[in-house]
Amino acid sequence: MKFGVVIFPGSNCDQDSYYCIKDVIGRPVEYIWHQETDVSGFDCIILPGGFSYGDYLRTGAVARFSPVMQSVIEHVERGGRLIGICNGFQILCEAHLLPGALITNNRLKFICKYVNLRVENDTSDFTHLFKKGELLRIPVAHHSGCYYADSDTVKEIEDNGMVLFRYCDSSGRATPESNINGSANNIAGVINKKGNVAGMMPHPERAVEGLLGSTDGIRVFASLVERMM
Amino acid sequence: MSKVKVYVTLKPSLLDAQGKVIRVAAENLGYKDVASVRIGKFIEMEVNGKPENIKTQVEELCSKLLANVVIENYRYEIEE
Repeated sequence: MKFGVVIFPGSNCDQDSYYCIKDVIGRPVEYIWHQETDVSGFDCIILPGGFSYGDYLRTGAVARFSPVMQSVIEHVERGGRLIGICNGFQILCEAHLLPGALITNNRLKFICKYVNLRVENDTSDFTHLFKKGELLRIPVAHHSGCYYADSDTVKEIEDNGMVLFRYCDSSGRATPESNINGSANNIAGVINKKGNVAGMMPHPERAVEGLLGSTDGIRVFASLVERMM
Repeated sequence: MSKVKVYVTLKPSLLDAQGKVIRVAAENLGYKDVASVRIGKFIEMEVNGKPENIKTQVEELCSKLLANVVIENYRYEIEE
């Protein structure tokens, strides 16, 4: 079982993701350059955070058309796992691999801090090692993390259990105050209907060592490993 | 050669946080009559071909790349 971490020009969480898989999870992982056109050797692909192509036009809008993305789409069609973190999530929405879009935070600020997340789905390939309702501490670092979808799409996402995580307060309540960026229904992460593509604005790969404040992110990757064995 | 002007705007249902801030700034400058501000993008392109022949291309380009139709509307003008 092999992980691949895509590097776009402007990616900056590729090394964190690589380190997380190799040294913390202890699984084989390789970098995939954005010009690559064959990703058939990978079981799970990570689109890391950063500012791919300088966030020109819209976040993720240009990366979506880079050569590697066509083969990533084929990987998904074959049933391969794919997770987009932060800028990776924005790219997945632009590529329509996930519903909705990420727009500028409603208070216009770049937010870089630990946030509280509530686990909403504890059966997916990405989250089955969590418990529904469990409270997590995972950092965010973004300027365009406000999740938007029209009301019909939000209803579909909710009705099908496609919300993975929600921003919440320290008691686990998804309040307007704890909704750091103005996301629809406090949504911080979603999964596609088929269950093999996930996206989230918080950075689980930055919450994998106690020394750095949290190890809550580990189980995202450990969940994947267990399902892919 | 045709000149193409593309206007991309956030859909009315979306909050335009930047526009809101600019409206307040205008008010602070004394322009009390500015009721709302929405910010969008203006894109100019030069495209080879006559205006009547490039419409399909421009339409595709707008819907695939220049605008994200989940959150944005677009319109364009094609000139000789």
